[in-house]
Amino acid sequence: MKNDAVKKVVATGIGAALFFVLARFVAVPSGIPNTNIAFQYGIQSFFAVVYGPVVGCLSGFIGHVLTDMSWGGVWWSWAFGTAVYGLIVGLFAKKINIESGEFGKKALVNFAIANCLANVVAWPIIAAVGDVVIYKEDFKIVVAQLAVAAIADFLCAMVIGGLLLYGYSKTIAKTGSLDKE
Amino acid sequence: MSEMTPIISFKNFSFQYNAQKRPTLKDINLDIYPGEKILICGASGSGKSTLGNCINGLIPFSYNGKIEGSLTVDGIETKNSSIFELSTRVGTVLQDPDGQFVGLTVGEDIAFALENDCIEQGRMIELTDHAAMQVGIEKHMKKAPYDLSGGQKQRVSMAGVLVDDVKILLFDEPLANLDPATGKGAIELIEKLKKETNTTVVIIEHRIEDALWENVDRILLMADGCIVADKKPQDMLRSPLLNEYGIREPLYLTALKYASADINKVEHIDNIRQLNLEKEEVNSVRDWYLSQQRQQTVNDNNYILETQDLSFAYDGKEYVLNDINVKIRKGEMLSIVGRNGAGKSTFCKLVCGFEKPQKGKVFFKGKDVTDTTIRHRAAHIGYVMQNPNQMISQIQIFDEVAMGIANIGLSKEEIQERVYETLKVCGLYEFRNWPISALSFGQKKRVTIASILVMGPEVIILDEPTAGQDLRHYTEIMEFLKDLNKQGITVIIVTHDMHLMLEYTSRAIVFSNGQMVDDKAGSAVLCDPELVEKAALKETSLFNLATMCGIDDPVSFVDCFIDCDRREREHE
Amino acid sequence: MNNRVLNYIPKDSFIHRLSGTTKLIIFLTFSVLCGLSFDTRVLIVLLLLSLLGFRLSKIKLSEIRLMSTFLVIFITFNFILLFLFNPDYGTEMYGTRTVLFHLVGRYYVTAEQMFYQFNVALKYVIGFPIAILFISTTNPSEFAASLSAIGVPYRVSYSVSLALRYIPDIQKDYHEIAQSQEARGVGLGKDVKLVERVKNAVKILLPLVLTSLQRIDTISNSMQLRSFGKNKKRTWYVKKKLTTADYSVIAFCAILFIVGMIVTNQGGSNIYNPFI
Ligand SMILES: Nc1ncnc2c1ncn2[C@@H]1O[C@H](COP(=O)(O)OP(=O)(O)OP(=O)(O)O)[C@@H](O)[C@H]1O
Ligand SMILES: Nc1ncnc2c1ncn2[C@@H]1O[C@H](COP(=O)(O)OP(=O)(O)OP(=O)(O)O)[C@@H](O)[C@H]1O
Ligand SMILES: [Mg+2]
Ligand SMILES: [Mg+2]
Repeated sequence: MKNDAVKKVVATGIGAALFFVLARFVAVPSGIPNTNIAFQYGIQSFFAVVYGPVVGCLSGFIGHVLTDMSWGGVWWSWAFGTAVYGLIVGLFAKKINIESGEFGKKALVNFAIANCLANVVAWPIIAAVGDVVIYKEDFKIVVAQLAVAAIADFLCAMVIGGLLLYGYSKTIAKTGSLDKE
Repeated sequence: MSEMTPIISFKNFSFQYNAQKRPTLKDINLDIYPGEKILICGASGSGKSTLGNCINGLIPFSYNGKIEGSLTVDGIETKNSSIFELSTRVGTVLQDPDGQFVGLTVGEDIAFALENDCIEQGRMIELTDHAAMQVGIEKHMKKAPYDLSGGQKQRVSMAGVLVDDVKILLFDEPLANLDPATGKGAIELIEKLKKETNTTVVIIEHRIEDALWENVDRILLMADGCIVADKKPQDMLRSPLLNEYGIREPLYLTALKYASADINKVEHIDNIRQLNLEKEEVNSVRDWYLSQQRQQTVNDNNYILETQDLSFAYDGKEYVLNDINVKIRKGEMLSIVGRNGAGKSTFCKLVCGFEKPQKGKVFFKGKDVTDTTIRHRAAHIGYVMQNPNQMISQIQIFDEVAMGIANIGLSKEEIQERVYETLKVCGLYEFRNWPISALSFGQKKRVTIASILVMGPEVIILDEPTAGQDLRHYTEIMEFLKDLNKQGITVIIVTHDMHLMLEYTSRAIVFSNGQMVDDKAGSAVLCDPELVEKAALKETSLFNLATMCGIDDPVSFVDCFIDCDRREREHE
Repeated sequence: MNNRVLNYIPKDSFIHRLSGTTKLIIFLTFSVLCGLSFDTRVLIVLLLLSLLGFRLSKIKLSEIRLMSTFLVIFITFNFILLFLFNPDYGTEMYGTRTVLFHLVGRYYVTAEQMFYQFNVALKYVIGFPIAILFISTTNPSEFAASLSAIGVPYRVSYSVSLALRYIPDIQKDYHEIAQSQEARGVGLGKDVKLVERVKNAVKILLPLVLTSLQRIDTISNSMQLRSFGKNKKRTWYVKKKLTTADYSVIAFCAILFIVGMIVTNQGGSNIYNPFI
């Protein structure tokens, strides 16, 4: 996890920008009718692991709100869901410790746990409660909808985020390792 | 000067990045005095930027590592200081113009430092306008970065550091990816600022001929983390050091050497504009010129690639290309040059089918391929992007190269065979099992070229393949491309490097705001002042030299030089 | 290049002249009130007000056609879904059952259900002109300043500004990377198998992410070199001074909010029930 106040500010901004671009302009069909693969959550989980909970949380939240705004009308309950999602994944950043240059089994398991937890809390709980409070929607329906979302995002984040983290870990130089031959 | 106290002073200074096994800067001793203008050159990886980052405080406050010895800047011991304290004294302009343009508009970006210093708005606007005035960007205060050219962005960055009147200006490769004229302008602006504000200026640049367009006081030569030479420009140029350490010396100097003129006699050898040659040097140049025999190049008319009235606009409204007609012969090696934003890269994207033209056609071997897909066209025309990191998506070199032929129905063996084949051609065979992250920039570049070559294109287009590369890597890449060309592959190179154009390409296509304005031999282009002006290029100093020596046909003089230069290098 | 990330439409109107801070406050007041209240009367007032604001801003519908069509589609879709999922939800909510007519099976159209769905639709509709109003009348340059004015830490506010600044660059990066990968047979279209599609996506996203990480390093270096993060607070080049107009609008928002909440919560619940 990179520790540097300014770097985190920038990472939040760039993370949000990536989130926006992927959510707004990149529509890759997921197979399920008129739903696209949510790459942005893969990227968000990546940033959460690399830069920690604050960046994970804010980059997602900002990215989400900006995206909604560009359509008109912010869906707050889901925006907060995204924020919480990034926060929770980020809390595992220290455990996963990608900066070590290793992304092995242990890290992968941690990443999976983080994603599981994050998705459950973010969608079926936070977002659902939000929808019920705001739109007085039927709790059963909402949870049903959001459970589906949670599963989809879990898969997406695990596969995309996981592969990205693996690729990134391979590019990290270990301390004192670089040497001219 | 020496009675003055130095404004920057390294004493037995060493630095070692945490990730490195050995120190990157070794026992540096260096004094820079107020008002001096220093040029730092050295091979890639020699530690120039690292030295610069020590001065502006990024080291140790942003990059962690181990410091030994002492470095004082304006009387402050940097390691006990803070990046903030230093940043009010040292203004840094980095290479990447977009990376340091953080504001949403010009005004905001210039004001950035003031905002952070909590200057109140009224005063802030005054200071910002003044700084904008100094660099001549005041007419664009409300413009967004993507409406500015590379040169303008750089001016904004300069204004952005001028706002809190710094004592030291530090430039890290200010000329990389600027077109020659803009680069010239940048150097002149730096000189102007130095004169007006009487700051100390440190320029890191390995294109020294361009950097020396305005005079400097000293040239430092770095190699492998040490300062191996610290001389007045004249002495540095007269010494053999630059060649020994693989830095390109000014062309006119090389020419004088070929003509075996006595460069120790020549005054102002460090500046083409003040260079004054004695009778005998002039004569020796003339004699040399006359002694050279020049051969004519023969052209057949077997075109492999043609475009017809190609026009394109990204947004469908503002055309960035208008009626481009280009004919390219099989087996040619040619360059595309022109002003920043002239449409060179866009042209390449159209030729490769990345974008679809609003109007016009693209012909490959006489067949109209305008409507074929990217994938289909890639089999014939390969495109290599400027930044290799934008193309590399695999961890192992083998996989990266194999990607292009992965799913076209080849067997594992065939794929492996073709990949190894290509890797051998690109001199990467022994690295085939390395992770790409372990490669140098130049090697990465070759991996991306390999990943295109493996698909067996007959034409390969490279966008600024040598930007920011030192002479060794430059030669490495270009010689490699030349070999490919010898094997019959048509090579098209987009470049801002006039020397590359002269040295390696038989023909140059010149773009100027969306139009193709000319198409002739590089030497002819650079000896055509009107064209040079129009396309924001820069006259080669060989042209000036030729005129100085009263040679009637500068074009063929330049040709002779290039031939001779080639022969010389083949001897080595 | 696409320099209108959020569709800001410069004009000279009362709304445009307001400071970004004020517009942000309007936006938040309306969003929160509309979120918390299920009181039809309050919602209708909000709708009328936001439409009024819209008139004042001189923004033409034609200028936001894309967004409006999106909204219409979304609302109809949602309206139908709500009904299909549970046609009796209105009844459970309001406690009465006034059947208007019978469709098929368990699907009776009740006044309660229609009224409930009308409220939900209302909530969506209100959110829309307010968001549009905010983004199309506020210069993105003012966003950060406004956020920090209402108490968001300036570091966070600046992240928003950075996001807006670099969205076009990253969009361009993505575009170019995708193209050059497509040239090597990396496709994302429907013709590609799902598994392949995901693999290919990573082949595009990895270079995108790695170049972004490099970008983060350069940007944060150049920001530090211009003393970002030096002080507890920072001033803003683009910040607009608050005028009397601003103050009065802000005051109005405060009153609106208080009154709105009182009206909403009289009678224990935030639901307005016309049926009993
Ligand atoms: N952040 C870093 N961490 C570890 N090693 C680094 C870092 N930055 C640079 N180095 C190493 O330090 C050495 C000098 O790098 P530096 O960037 O100073 O060279 P340079 O002279 O500026 O080269 P160029 O002309 O390509 O810019 C190189 O070997 C490089 O690998
Ligand atoms: N993706 C894009 N969307 C919109 N406009 C673009 C895009 N890419 C380039 N442009 C614009 O098209 C024009 C030509 O750009 P292009 O990159 O082709 O110039 P160039 O000759 O390659 O410049 P340089 O020498 O700096 O690389 C410029 O005005 C640029 O702003
Ligand atoms: Mg450097
Ligand atoms: Mg270009």
